[in-house]
Amino acid sequence: MSAPPVPRRPLPGLGVLREIGHLFALAVSVLRLIFKRPFQWREFVEQFWFIASVTILPAMLVTIPFGAVIALQVGSLIEQFGAQSFSGGASVLVIIQQASPLIVSLLISGVAGSAICADLASRTTREELDAMRVMGVSPVQRLVVPRVLAVMLVGVLLNGLVSVVGILGGYFFNIVMQNGTPGAYVASFSALAQLPDLYISEFKALIFGFIAGVVAAYRGLNPKGGPKGVGDVVNQSVVFTFLILFFVNMVLTAVYLQLVPPKGL
Amino acid sequence: MGVEVVVEGLTKSFGRQNIWQDVTLTLPRGEVSVMLGPSGTGKTVFLKSIVGLVRPEQGHVFIDGVDMVNSRERDVYEARKLFGLMFQDGALFGSLSLFDNVAFPLREHTRKKETEIRRVVMERLELVGLAGAEKKLPGEISGGMRKRVGLARALVLDPQIILCDEPDSGLDPVRTSYLSQLLIDINAEIDATMLIVTHNLDIAATVPDNMGMLFRRNLVTFGPREVLLTSQEPVVEQFLTARRAGPIGMSEEKDQATLDLEAAHGIIAGPATERTIVPQLAPTPGLPERQAVRRRRERVQGMLHDLPPAARRAVEASLREQDAPTLAAPRVVRGAAT
Repeated sequence: MSAPPVPRRPLPGLGVLREIGHLFALAVSVLRLIFKRPFQWREFVEQFWFIASVTILPAMLVTIPFGAVIALQVGSLIEQFGAQSFSGGASVLVIIQQASPLIVSLLISGVAGSAICADLASRTTREELDAMRVMGVSPVQRLVVPRVLAVMLVGVLLNGLVSVVGILGGYFFNIVMQNGTPGAYVASFSALAQLPDLYISEFKALIFGFIAGVVAAYRGLNPKGGPKGVGDVVNQSVVFTFLILFFVNMVLTAVYLQLVPPKGL
Repeated sequence: MGVEVVVEGLTKSFGRQNIWQDVTLTLPRGEVSVMLGPSGTGKTVFLKSIVGLVRPEQGHVFIDGVDMVNSRERDVYEARKLFGLMFQDGALFGSLSLFDNVAFPLREHTRKKETEIRRVVMERLELVGLAGAEKKLPGEISGGMRKRVGLARALVLDPQIILCDEPDSGLDPVRTSYLSQLLIDINAEIDATMLIVTHNLDIAATVPDNMGMLFRRNLVTFGPREVLLTSQEPVVEQFLTARRAGPIGMSEEKDQATLDLEAAHGIIAGPATERTIVPQLAPTPGLPERQAVRRRRERVQGMLHDLPPAARRAVEASLREQDAPTLAAPRVVRGAAT
């Protein structure tokens, strides 16, 4: 009988790289398995409904004051330049391009991501996923793919909702609190904003949904050590998703501003 | 028809901790094998390695030409359709009712109609004594019941290899006896290769054709049941007689200090005692004969000369008993199963 191989001491930092590698591997297999039949419609609809029902109300409640704050801040700033008639356009740009995708990212990572992660993690510790694998069913195809797609769709629709509610909130506060003119507010929309602004906003929401879904699923599939491990991975999943989404948002914004020329006056 | 499972030089470590090394054995086609071992010797890990849930660093597990350790993911998934695995605590899907749990593999892998699925599922639930509870959720039933549902689910696709992880834990002695009989009956009916991981001595004594034991990161032995049951190896002796005296301690191995202390208290491994071999369970009358018995008989006769003398005598005795089964077998069934 040969002696067991003595494992070498791992290089520092290797663990982090390995985790990132596994995360990307999961992302790739999710993309690949999206097209594998049979698609789990039932799971997709159930997850979509669940995620939508837990995110819609918080999203609106966060957005109204957020839109108001932006309207007030932008309004008072722009008033000092004497360009009050453009305050509508300015706050719309901020809400559609930045505020709305970020609010969506907070909600889908904090609310949807944590729920997905906790669900998958507790199933993993109960060996449900192992049981599935033994029965020849891939948990990624069966559970992760419908969840990721559900988060993406909710993200896109939620982004639309948040944009509308945010603009309405901004409009209300600008007109009522700052005595702005409704006509000028609406007219400046089309002066400063353009359709690609809306596209990038929805594109961001789509990407954020994918990232939030994959990160939550990845942490959920790899919990360490029993019930406490479940709590830990949920916590990590939310924090990681925040960090990644804010970074990705920065990159996307920078690229967009370079690629798409501002409409100008 | 069962499928042969060939394990070659399997070695598994978690981090720096070696679980077991160089495990080599063959589960013969259609026969029932038991893997014994004290708690914490990696029996469950061994079971999971066979289905490819755990990936050992070295070695191979061949099933129908597929290496479950090194093959591509897709091939492994395909080969898993041959398996039924009964998890230690059932591993049922918490959000599905017992009926849907048992129906899950059918709905995934067959194109059966709902009425057909219903018939098969109810039949399996009845087999494990849970007809009437099919609408309950896994959270609403006891641990022993969850286990039995897990068995029903493992059986629903008529697997060719059945693996049971501690089928007795959480069951009372009576149910354990019923379960032993059930496993033998299933084997008679579908001729599946079976591996049972356990430390229950009753199951070990009455169910298997072959037995093995894991201890101290090694496979102590694997072979026809008579070999282990007559073995003079101190570890096997101690385990089968459930004594404190011997090499197995509360932590896996005893150190010299513990041995000395025990010697001072008079706990010393005495001379090997003669153990009687309980006859193996036979299928319930009315079921077909186990085809594995005939195959095993030829196999064991071929290796008779390589066995230790005590094992050889025991094998010869049991073969003689099989030649005149009319008196012996039914008596055993009644004695052990009711």
